[in-house]
Amino acid sequence: MKKIFTQFNLALAALAVATAAHAGNITVKGSDTLVILAQKWAEVYARKNPETKIQVTGGGSGIGFAALQNRTTDLANASRKIRVKEIESCVKAFGKRPTEYKVALDGLSVYVNDANPVQNLSLEQLEGIFTGRIKNWNQIGGNDAPITIYSRENSSGTYEFFKEHVLKGRDFAATAQTLQGTAQVIQNVAKEKNGIGYGGGAYGSGVKHLKIKKDANSPAVEPTEESVVNGTYPIWRYLFIYVNPALDKDEVASYLTWIRSDDGQNVVKDVGYYPLPANLRK
Amino acid sequence: MPQSQQSKRSIGWLGLHRGHKARPLEWVTEKFIFLVSLSVIVTVFLIFVFVLREALPIFLGTANSSAVRPVIPPDQLDELSPERLASYLGLSKKEVAETDRETLQLLMELKVEAAAEAPDDKDAKVNTTGWRYILFPYQWTGYDKARFIWQPISQIPKYNIIPLLVGSLKVTLVSLLFAVPLALGAAVYVSQLAPPKWKEVIKPAIELLSGIPSVVLGFFALVVMASFLQWLFGYESRLNAFVAGAALGLAIIPVVFSIAEDALTSVPQSYIQAALALGSTRWQAAWKIVLPAALPGVFAAVVLGFGRAVGETMIVLMASGNASIMSWDVFDSTRTITATIAAELAEAVFGGHHYGILFMIGTLLFVVTFVSNLAGGFVMQHLKGRLEGKK
Repeated sequence: MKKIFTQFNLALAALAVATAAHAGNITVKGSDTLVILAQKWAEVYARKNPETKIQVTGGGSGIGFAALQNRTTDLANASRKIRVKEIESCVKAFGKRPTEYKVALDGLSVYVNDANPVQNLSLEQLEGIFTGRIKNWNQIGGNDAPITIYSRENSSGTYEFFKEHVLKGRDFAATAQTLQGTAQVIQNVAKEKNGIGYGGGAYGSGVKHLKIKKDANSPAVEPTEESVVNGTYPIWRYLFIYVNPALDKDEVASYLTWIRSDDGQNVVKDVGYYPLPANLRK
Repeated sequence: MPQSQQSKRSIGWLGLHRGHKARPLEWVTEKFIFLVSLSVIVTVFLIFVFVLREALPIFLGTANSSAVRPVIPPDQLDELSPERLASYLGLSKKEVAETDRETLQLLMELKVEAAAEAPDDKDAKVNTTGWRYILFPYQWTGYDKARFIWQPISQIPKYNIIPLLVGSLKVTLVSLLFAVPLALGAAVYVSQLAPPKWKEVIKPAIELLSGIPSVVLGFFALVVMASFLQWLFGYESRLNAFVAGAALGLAIIPVVFSIAEDALTSVPQSYIQAALALGSTRWQAAWKIVLPAALPGVFAAVVLGFGRAVGETMIVLMASGNASIMSWDVFDSTRTITATIAAELAEAVFGGHHYGILFMIGTLLFVVTFVSNLAGGFVMQHLKGRLEGKK
């Protein structure tokens, strides 16, 4: 009996320690695009500041915003801008607009099969292909073969970004096959010689990254760090972190500042995204 | 009288017995088991209530997804009555009273922002969560004719569920056409015709198939089966209902096989012996005597296989291509209800109309499997009655 009692006491003590440790905890939740980068940030930051514990989970940008409004997370990762409806829920929950921080750049590549003779496309041609107006490769200087479109699930921030910036808000063709991740898109394009797909710039073998022209007359640009950061490559986006302004102090504030410092931005390159241009850093 | 003896032996409270019949531990165990089974029923009920509750705004038609709504300028905040303000901002009156003025002002500004974002489009005023748009084709801006369109993430969200229903049905039918003959054939062979040595190999081998996680089957379908079947049949789209259905077939073969084999084995030996004694071959006995006698069980196997196929998610998510095309061609890429829920729920705005619609199709799925099981039960009863000569 006494033994059980001692064990119980020990458990209580452990619980008390755990609660105390919570003071230095930062929870991060949201976009799956950002999850690897966020984990890397947490790892590097924790090595320098061992007293701060950072917990990173994914789930999707929407999940992150929901957690932000329920106050179950401190920071919400997002690969898209917050929607008005989500700002509204946040305002209803804590009376303020969440603060937005740009934390990295991401360039989207358009892939075709290695065997495809097409080398570059303009944004307008891409829009035609992905909305289903252009159906055959010979309409854009390729072989006489139907185009197979690979897209991403509409839950992905990549999908939304592509739709907004390349499709100008129009709907994807109904024939577009939607896949679960960039890796799957690459795999399918590598196996399907008439395929075309899009995704992060970091991946890819067996496929070719197309050069993109802003319009029919401008030069075709390859997605590289330089062209993405200076904005000559036309398909790029910001990645964001959102925070409840009431929590944006102490550890959270210093973590956010560190992420946008040169130290934090050096980590970005290791994971395959692009660092913020100097004028946006802290 | 047995009944009066019974009532004497048990004293009032929950049937606790007296004398040498009293076994407190047994009593506790019995009640515990009862509570566990009760909790299962309650859980199933609660799950259904939860799913239905989230879908309720869609069923009742109170959800509104129209992008353009009347806007009240934020500086008129003080002129609005509390009731009007509450309904405009989507809060309860109590919440309005508790919220400070600054926040209310902010909420009103957000309404203006939302209106500024709304697209300039003839369909922007449409509430697309109405049943007319969910079930029937409509000619949206930019489309050449009235179509069934599932495009939930769009300036004007389009929630037509018919392509998804057709997709689920297509994949399920392909998988049943593929799996049922194979599984039943194997069940008849193993239970009636196979020599015992073979039986010991085939039965565990097929049941091993059910041990393969569906995500592994899906991956296999995505990488190997898709390429092989495309090479074999030469169709255009690599991932389609046919590939997904075939992979799904692999998942339901063990389900159908196990139950059908049990049913066939439990047919009394005397039936077979009688048939053989009258001069039939083993094949005739299996085909004409045993199979009809086991029909209710075999039917149950197929119904359960159907339920599994309709509800299976991972395989179709990976192998079907997930394009929401409205077509009956099995070689077209297709999108099912389950894959749609799995893929889209993570990013849907909580409590929004897209969220509601996903729960609505979840309810639909629940109803389909429930009704199919119920109908299966009825048919089974009927068959059983007929086979036993009661009708």
